[in-house]
Amino acid sequence: MTSVTHGKSWTPWLYLAPALVVLGGLLAYPIYQLGLISLFHYTQAQVSGGEPTTFEGFGNYAELFGDSQFWEVLLATVLFAAACVLSTLAVGCALAVLLTRVRAVPRLALMLAALGAWATPAVTGSTVWLFLFDPDFGPVNRVLGLGDHSWTYGRLSAFFLVLLEVVWCSFPFVMVTVYAGIRAVPAEVLEAASLDGASQWRIWRSVLAPILRPILVVVTIQSVIWDFKVFTQIYVMTNGGGIAGQNLVLNVYAYQKAFASSQYSLGSAIGVVMLLILLVVTLAYLRLLRRQGEEL
Amino acid sequence: MNLLRGLVARPWRFAAETTALLIAVVVAFPLYWMVLGAFKPAGEIESTEPRPWTTAPTLDSFRRVFEQQEFGRYFVNSLVVAGTVVVASALVAFLAATAVTRFRFRFRTTLLIMFLVAQMVPVEALTIPLFFLMRDAGQLNTLGSLILPHIAFSLPFAIWMLRGFVKAVPESLEEAAYLDGASRTRFLWQILFPLVLPGLVATSVFSFISAWNDFLFAKSFIISDTSQSTLPMALLVFYKPDEPDWGGVMAASTVMTIPVLVFFVLVQRRLVSGLGGAVKD
Repeated sequence: MTSVTHGKSWTPWLYLAPALVVLGGLLAYPIYQLGLISLFHYTQAQVSGGEPTTFEGFGNYAELFGDSQFWEVLLATVLFAAACVLSTLAVGCALAVLLTRVRAVPRLALMLAALGAWATPAVTGSTVWLFLFDPDFGPVNRVLGLGDHSWTYGRLSAFFLVLLEVVWCSFPFVMVTVYAGIRAVPAEVLEAASLDGASQWRIWRSVLAPILRPILVVVTIQSVIWDFKVFTQIYVMTNGGGIAGQNLVLNVYAYQKAFASSQYSLGSAIGVVMLLILLVVTLAYLRLLRRQGEEL
Repeated sequence: MNLLRGLVARPWRFAAETTALLIAVVVAFPLYWMVLGAFKPAGEIESTEPRPWTTAPTLDSFRRVFEQQEFGRYFVNSLVVAGTVVVASALVAFLAATAVTRFRFRFRTTLLIMFLVAQMVPVEALTIPLFFLMRDAGQLNTLGSLILPHIAFSLPFAIWMLRGFVKAVPESLEEAAYLDGASRTRFLWQILFPLVLPGLVATSVFSFISAWNDFLFAKSFIISDTSQSTLPMALLVFYKPDEPDWGGVMAASTVMTIPVLVFFVLVQRRLVSGLGGAVKD
């Protein structure tokens, strides 16, 4: 490395200092605090200083794991995230391939529409989709002839409506990334494959998929992380978690526990559980990267 | 040969192009409906026979949004938050990315892995400790309570993505700069920075969006001083689940979406190439 001869050994640390200070204070320290709060009895009384904080050990976790609602929410979160990830990847990849098959004008149209969906803030996306599916004034029920059927009343249909919005605003990232990846594949490789008589499906499976594997891994992991911690869409579209909490996911559940019922320690315990689950996903990702022999 | 192949391929291409256009219409429809809803008069919005056009566009909903709520103020607040986050995180990330790509030092790989792991942290889970942190620092109800966490949360991804762009600048250029007598600082800001700028733009899209869209922190940290609110909270004033003012919601949504759309269209080209580069790396 040439830089070594020019730089003093502390130069990289000087460059890193601002980032490390910010990350230490606003990421690492809060994570430590989160773990700490989850081990104490911490409610409104302790926050206002009325009662002393008491150490609970794993009492909050015992309470959480003994609550059947927690397991129900956890299951719903995993299933909902899985459905969102699979739909997003399927739509994103299919449209990326479609983009390579069309000329400039349709491509630009689809690209712009997708960028629009991508750019739409989660809050506005949620309200617009609610308006589209509104039982009284929405166009969807008119077109489908559903009368005043309410989409947010049933548990599954409410989750389905949120899923549609999530897929709508997250497929563009997958589409654009995979499309950029396909475009980077040398044309000769694809030409050679089609000259050899390979079918479209075969080309995708045997030529493109292996080359695109690193990209697909990135978008999959990224989608898992995003969809596992969906907050805004659920909160806005199901009005804070649905009727009797039927549409709660972990993130909204933690928020409700902490800020609606002032059980900060229970909310923190849920946060720790989320953190651990995503840590496992991350470690799996790191192993995949290692196996691909990528140099950091 | 080519002509023959073209003829055979054409019906397929026609089908593909029609599909692409139809999907584009479907994907764009919610946005169209939003803008349309913002301009429709109240009578047409509250109609059980919604039409995909309007004969009497009006600015009533926009007027209501800007008069009832101090929407202009929230708009500026949102711009201040997102703008500060974009600039600050871009500068900090640029320095950090340079450190981890242009130098070899102890703990470099450890740091990189930590940046990667940090990306995965569900920031929403940190709302509770951050709330107490902001309270103790006296930052609750200030824009700072939104800016600071968002800088922190956009950094890991920004550093990770910029790495590729910094790496792409040939080392011979660095050599040449030093041979010409440029100092390290001069090389950093006058040579490296402009070359990495496209990457910074692509990266800034993500930090801009996360800051501009933020709903959870705004809801949790801005609790009593509504003059410090940002757009997402203001928008929900019009959305009451039982009796939503759809015209107001759509007008407010339109106002909130347009800056992001403009930003996206401006950086569109760089975004596509930037993502390709970063992911390939």
